[in-house]
Amino acid sequence: MTLAEVVLAVMWAGLTAYAVFGGADFGAGLWDLVAGGARRGRRQRDLITDVIGPVWEVNHVWIIFVLVVLWTGFPEAFGAIMSTLYIPLTLAAFGIILRGSGFAFRKVTTTVELQRVWGASFALSSVFTPFFLGTVAGGVASGRVPLGDDVGDSITSWLNPTSLLGGVLAVSTCAFLAAAFLTREAHHRGDDELVAQFRIRGLGAAVATGLIALAGIGVLREDAPELFHGLIGRGLPLVILSGVGGVTTFALLWARQFVWARVAAAGAVVAVLWGWAAAQYPYVLEPSVTIEDVAAPNATLSALLIVIGVGAVFLVPSLLLLYRMSERGSFSEEPPAPQG
Amino acid sequence: MDTLFAARQQMALSLGWHIVIACFGVAFPAMVVFAEWRAHRHDDDPVLLTLARRWSRVFGVLFAVGAVSGTILSFEFGILWPEFMARFGQVFGVPFAMEGFAFFLEGIFIGIYLYGWDRVPRRLHILTGIPIIVSGILATVFVVSVNSWMNHPRGFDIDSSGAVTNVDPWAALFHTGTAISSTHMLLAAFMVAGFTASVPYAWAWLKGRRTRYYRLGFLIPFTFAAIATPVQLVIGDTSARWVASQQPVKLAAMEGLYETESDAPESLGGIYVDDELRYALQIPCGLSFLIAFNCDHEVQGLESVPADDRPPNINIVHWAFDTMVGIGSGLAALVAWFAFVWWRRRRLDVRMPQSRWFYRAALLAGPGAIVALISGWVVTEVGRQPWIVYETMRVEDAVTTAGGIVYTYLGLWVIYTLLTVALLYVLRRVARMPIPDDVANVP
Repeated sequence: MTLAEVVLAVMWAGLTAYAVFGGADFGAGLWDLVAGGARRGRRQRDLITDVIGPVWEVNHVWIIFVLVVLWTGFPEAFGAIMSTLYIPLTLAAFGIILRGSGFAFRKVTTTVELQRVWGASFALSSVFTPFFLGTVAGGVASGRVPLGDDVGDSITSWLNPTSLLGGVLAVSTCAFLAAAFLTREAHHRGDDELVAQFRIRGLGAAVATGLIALAGIGVLREDAPELFHGLIGRGLPLVILSGVGGVTTFALLWARQFVWARVAAAGAVVAVLWGWAAAQYPYVLEPSVTIEDVAAPNATLSALLIVIGVGAVFLVPSLLLLYRMSERGSFSEEPPAPQG
Repeated sequence: MDTLFAARQQMALSLGWHIVIACFGVAFPAMVVFAEWRAHRHDDDPVLLTLARRWSRVFGVLFAVGAVSGTILSFEFGILWPEFMARFGQVFGVPFAMEGFAFFLEGIFIGIYLYGWDRVPRRLHILTGIPIIVSGILATVFVVSVNSWMNHPRGFDIDSSGAVTNVDPWAALFHTGTAISSTHMLLAAFMVAGFTASVPYAWAWLKGRRTRYYRLGFLIPFTFAAIATPVQLVIGDTSARWVASQQPVKLAAMEGLYETESDAPESLGGIYVDDELRYALQIPCGLSFLIAFNCDHEVQGLESVPADDRPPNINIVHWAFDTMVGIGSGLAALVAWFAFVWWRRRRLDVRMPQSRWFYRAALLAGPGAIVALISGWVVTEVGRQPWIVYETMRVEDAVTTAGGIVYTYLGLWVIYTLLTVALLYVLRRVARMPIPDDVANVP
């Protein structure tokens, strides 16, 4: 493995973390959106606020990590992707602002009307942000981002069959992950009503995501042949694994094995991302730009790996501490209002 | 509106918004944790605990908003300046990776700290606040080091074909400019957060609410800012001299100085037209003296470089610089007033100034510090023009060729206007949450 491949793998691990943890947070926003009126949806929304409250900012940092590693390790690829796909990326950035601030504002707001406004900002942008990020993935995966002085079409690079598939799949995957995570959280809190609600949603989202993925096979065959061949070639074991993960999640949710359902759901997402990576290897930008073509010099790559290594020494235990505390229910209720 | 103009304005809007919010993310936790620590030392003093608790709530909102307004910057670097990133990301990217980790840690411990009130033993809770403070400071240093690199680029060569070679990311990261700029920025963060956080309590004093709760609410943040202010005078001066030695054209723009001359005057105000600064108040030899303590020192003027290589708008740079220095001096005077009264009343129970004029001035100190911060940032950014990488790459060569930036810029205005209104409203609501009588009435 070359230094550049190691850096790219580390970046992909960051992207995976973002997809699993950040994705679950996005999906929670989607379920918040469809939870119903202020009164009826209240308990679901409380659970969502409670579960993602302590962790969403941290989960969100993964996207920054990915961008930073991309522009440091593969600067030309970063420049090409950002300049061609600037429209969906700008919309995703807007979504990120509206979502984070909406969530933070809602938590400290007490009147129902305003909670509704901030809640809508949070929940709607939780749906369209992953959609636009998915279209970016589709644009890159289908080889619509050229390198160098050429700039890809600013519209068709993300309004095309593969991008739309990417967008829809991203949203449904987030919903699927979130339902699996929230079911387990509701179960952990011993709330049977919420368990029943999110379990049904998880089952439904699993079926929907599976159907979209199946339909996607046809789309990719027509629209992104290089990727398609990679997926049925080198990527096939991981693609199959992802399918197995999805079916397993469905079965485990059905059997009310919520802890394992969550693991299987995350596994399905991890497998599909690495399947994509395997399918596209060694190209960063299809059809011809390879990893080595756009990699930064070794001095930069090694400095980057040193920083990531040292950073990980601090990050990993701290992350585990945060997740363990939220797991154990140390955070299991809203922080009490300041005295008064 | 052309793309370059829109791109620069969009960057200015999003950075200008973020830099203010980020100051609170960096400096406010120290004040919150300090209040909690003092409370702990006094058997969980309810007044101090209430202050810490309420501030941490404000802080939680500001951190969330700062986190997302910072994230979109990392999108914009690529969306607006793809050529800059594509060529130089390999040189300056590493400190951003460090910043990423610092930001991770800050977020993690903020999560633990904010949700840990009453769930974690007090002493441990205070300890979880320490990594927030440290990582906020480190994140500032790392981010500013990249800005500082844009002003003093190093750690690479450009070969005859114009390609970037011999990249040395460590050399790009560590140099004197980084130390000066990041210290300047950190002190500014403490001044902005401290002076602003003390504003509601200065208001309370003027309204006659002067119990211990309000006094401490004023004193803690104001003292943080008061300690930072005199240090800032020294660092600001160092910073200006560093600019004089490294970026003489920027310094000439800050002073509106066209001709290279010895015995150069220090100019306050005025309007720069047709290569001349008019109507300015001038202190003879002032500039030469400030830079080299010597009137014979020759100061390089704008004429030393072709017109194309000068900042396009000298008035903005000059006025921003004078605004920053003027406000900074005013804040220093306010702090001196405070220190003098504090010393003179050393035998009294309440040592705070009693003059209503002091608190009226303190009301202005918060917004003033914010204006000074933005002015200083305008000096460094506009003063660097027309370069994105000083004397190496021009902004027009870095900007995107995408056609729609005008629209994304206008879209961002809509979002940031709404966000600012919403944020101020939410903060006001939080500030108005009732304070329990047994806390508010402790004399």
